[in-house]
Order: sequence, then C-alpha cells, then structure tokens
Amino acid sequence: MKLQLKNVHGWNPDAHLSQLVKSMPPSGIRKFFDLVNEMDDAISLGVGEPDFVTPWHVREACIYSLESGITSYTSNKGMPELRDCISDYVSKDMELDYDPAEQILITTGVSEAIDLAFRATLNPGDEVLIPEPCYVAYDPDVMLAGGTPKSVPTKLQDEFKLRPEELSSALSNRSKALLLSYPNNPTGAIMTRSDLEDIADIVVENDLLVISDEVYGKLTYDGKHASFAQLEGLQDRTIILNGLSKSHAMTGWRIGFALGDATLIGSMTKIHQYTMLCAPVMAQVAALEAFRHGEDEMLQMKHEYDLRRRMFVTGLNRIGLTCFEPKGAFYAFPSIELTGISSEEFAERLLREQKVAVVPGNVFGTSGENFLRCSYATSGEELIEALHRMEIFVNGLR
Amino acid sequence: MNEILEILSKNAKTTPAEIAALLGMAEEDVAKEIKELEDSGIITRYITLINWEKLEDNPVFAVLDLKVALQRKTGYDSVAERIARFTEVESIRLISGDHDLSVTIRGKSMKDVAYFVAEKIAPLDGIQSTCTHFILKSYKEHGVIPMERPKPKRLVITP
Repeated sequence: MKLQLKNVHGWNPDAHLSQLVKSMPPSGIRKFFDLVNEMDDAISLGVGEPDFVTPWHVREACIYSLESGITSYTSNKGMPELRDCISDYVSKDMELDYDPAEQILITTGVSEAIDLAFRATLNPGDEVLIPEPCYVAYDPDVMLAGGTPKSVPTKLQDEFKLRPEELSSALSNRSKALLLSYPNNPTGAIMTRSDLEDIADIVVENDLLVISDEVYGKLTYDGKHASFAQLEGLQDRTIILNGLSKSHAMTGWRIGFALGDATLIGSMTKIHQYTMLCAPVMAQVAALEAFRHGEDEMLQMKHEYDLRRRMFVTGLNRIGLTCFEPKGAFYAFPSIELTGISSEEFAERLLREQKVAVVPGNVFGTSGENFLRCSYATSGEELIEALHRMEIFVNGLR
Repeated sequence: MNEILEILSKNAKTTPAEIAALLGMAEEDVAKEIKELEDSGIITRYITLINWEKLEDNPVFAVLDLKVALQRKTGYDSVAERIARFTEVESIRLISGDHDLSVTIRGKSMKDVAYFVAEKIAPLDGIQSTCTHFILKSYKEHGVIPMERPKPKRLVITP
C-alpha cells in the first residue's frame, strides 16, 4: 500500500515550485521504464549504457585508493595529475593542446559539464541550436540556464548529419551557440571532418559558440572521430565535453571533463566550485587509471560493439525495419514507416506482445518520429533473440 | 588475431552463419576458412569446458612439477613425450625456473593420483625429483571464471 501523507494544514507545495520547473515536461522515457519494470523476462534494448562492467584494473585502483585513505576534496578543477594526463591524452589522440592549469575542468559526469557550459554562456533569451533527434537533457538544461532551445531537424536521407541548409534556416538574431553531439545518441550518426567543414562558415559568420558533446567519440567505427575543435582556427570557439562513461564502461562513476578556451573554462569552473566543489575523488582516481592503462580493454569493448553492430543492423534490415548504417555510439535507429503505426504505439505493442523493450524515436525530438532507438550494448544472444521476436511482431503487422 | 578464431575461442558452438553475421562476411566464406584452419591444424579440436566442481563424483586434479636429468641428443622431448602418452596426463609443458616439466594429472581420487605418480612417473629414467600439488579449488579456467557472481542489473531503460 502506498503511504499517503496527509496535508493537515492545507499547505500547497505546488504553489512553491518555480514556474520554470513546472513548465518542463517529464521525460518521455519514464512511461516505458515503468512498463518494462513490471515484466520479468523482457529483453531490453532500451539501455543507454555499456553492458560491460568497468574493467577490473580500474576498480582495483579505486579500491586501493580507498584503502590508502584518499577521501578528501581535490582542487576545484580536479586532480592536477588527472588534468595533466587528459592534456597528454588529447594532445596525442586528437592533436589538440590544452593547458592543464587553465583549459581543463574535471566534472561530475558529462551531464554536469553540459549544464555548466550552458549556464556559463547563456543570457535570458539566448538561443541554442540543437540538432535533433538528440539526447533528452539538452533542452531542459538550456531552459534551466535561462536560454531557449531551438531544434534543428536532421533527416534520414542525410544519415542524420547536421547539414548547412538546416542550420541556416534555424538561425535567428538570438542564436548564441550550437550544440553538437556526434557520434549521436539516439541515431548513431557521426559527422566526419568534411561534414563539420560544411557548417564551419555558418558558425563563424554568425559568431556561434560550439558546445560539442563527444562522449561517444571513442566509439567511432571505420575511422577516427572528428571534432569541430580540430578545424583550422576553431579550437577556441569550441568547448569539448567528454568523459569515460561510454568508452570505458564507467557510467556510474560520474566523471567527465570540459576542454576549451581559458576564459570559458574559468567561468564554468566558477559555477562548478559553488555548486559541486569538485568531482568525487575516488572517481577521479579511477579515471586516472583508465586513462593511463585502459586503452586495450577499451578497444576490446569497442571491437565487441562493432561485431554486434554489423550483426544487428543486418538483422534489422532483413526483417524489414530499414536501418541506415550507424557509424558511432551503440545505437541502431531503424525506420518503422512501412508499418504505418507511430513509434510510440510500435514500442508499446512490441513490449506487450513480444517483450522486447526499445525506445520510441519521438522521445528524442519530433524528427525522431517513425524511428526506434535500439541499443546494441546487449549480449549477442539477447540481440539474436530480440531480432527473432521483432520479426514475429513485424510480420504480424502486415 | 584472426577474428574467426577469436569468436570460436570464446564459444566453439558459434555457427558459420552467426560468425558471418558478426563479421559481415558470406557464410560460405566463413565455413571455408574454418575448414582451412582445421585442415592446417591451427584448430586442433573443439572441447567442452566443464565446471567439475558442480558434479558429485568430480575428478581430482594435481599439478606435478618434475626435475629432469637431460639426456643426450633428445633433450627433454623423449621423457616428456613418454609421460604425455599416459591417459591420466591432461597437459605437460616445459617450463623455466626451479623445475623443468609441469604436468597436470587427472585421477579418480587423491590415492589414485598419488599411486600414478609413485608407480608410473617417479621411477622413469631421467626423473630426478617430483613435487605433487593437489588442486583444491579452481578460480579461473581457460579465461573463464566458473562461479562468477551474476552481473549487477542495469536500469531497464535509460536515456
């Protein structure tokens, strides 16, 4: 039985809420979460995190640090060794140099870094251009920072890349920043260097700041991740947000980092020191170990995702859910247009009738309607069984 | 490493069709390559990894360290090959360090294994000393942790 607290004095908590929070819609994922939770034997392709446990050497390094009593605050910006390490790593990996003293901030997950980037740069009414479909937190985060999110639709025929025409038509005189999130959740789309070059002129002409969430960057298949910051002369205009959650299977550790111009990172640090103080020290210790010795296991996990990606995408196309080749992250984004039902109805019926959970594409923005997000960060056996059940469901619709 | 071998080394029951889907190859090509790997002796056998501890009359395993007096010309090979022929011997390896050969023995009981060592191995020409270690518990075999704790559950749907 649910405990009902009686409000004896007739006090109304609702009247004390901020108008902004009240106006924010609840996440569309919640409903499915509750539905799946009621079922025992559902296969979930709805999970946005690796199915691997954090590599043992990383966990062991953290355990050792706890045994050694490393439990205090760190510098607001994060442990100097970790910032040095990230600076070296990014210099080798992306050929970009960031001063660990002023241009790197360690955050509590990329989520915090996104919030900081918006809050440090937005004034009331400033618009942030957000290509969609996209991760569900960007719009609310912009709103909480006092800005206005402005969706920029991307399309299947462009493989969900941001095209200059779409960007141009979304511009206004309030456009302040462009949010890029490639490799993309939920579509698995990537932007190559030449795709980024195509939009660079518009960014510069309109003096946009680029906030680039690259948390799936390491999960780029067939080639290397490209960042907007790598384009000639555009490093200072770009704030890179990244972390170890997806690449190193470290979602629960909540560790991320921001790289950028010293003024921007300094302002983000100002907010961070008042609201977070510092990222958890045990997670920072673990991150240091992951950066120093985690490359091999990270590549092994990536290889495993790549095998499943090929198998799963081929399977989706075979059963009639046409799917473009996702070149990054661990999501496939098949179209269900041929079935004639909405993504939400498809997802709900697939769950009830065949016990496979996927996330309807419209949760990630209106341009996600008629698509499903299916995560292949799930074991090969489960993916094969899920494909089998989806085939039965799709055949039943014909 | 060869990607087909990598997949088969983890699960020998993966079918050519499944491997083809994982690697984006044609099924016939996968089957052909597996045949070649078998014919060339790179794949020697498909065996089953068994968690013996779950069985009631589980066998006893021992690791036997041997010091060997080298024989002219044949080196370690003649004595090692001789020991390898016993069906009780699961594996035999030449090792560096204090001992020369490391032998894994499988028997029905400790007595059985002790008898085998005393009667069959120790008296062999060239064997200088033996040291028998009975295996009490296995924590990992062939890269697999047999009694691994179940994976902690993830949230069923996350953004």
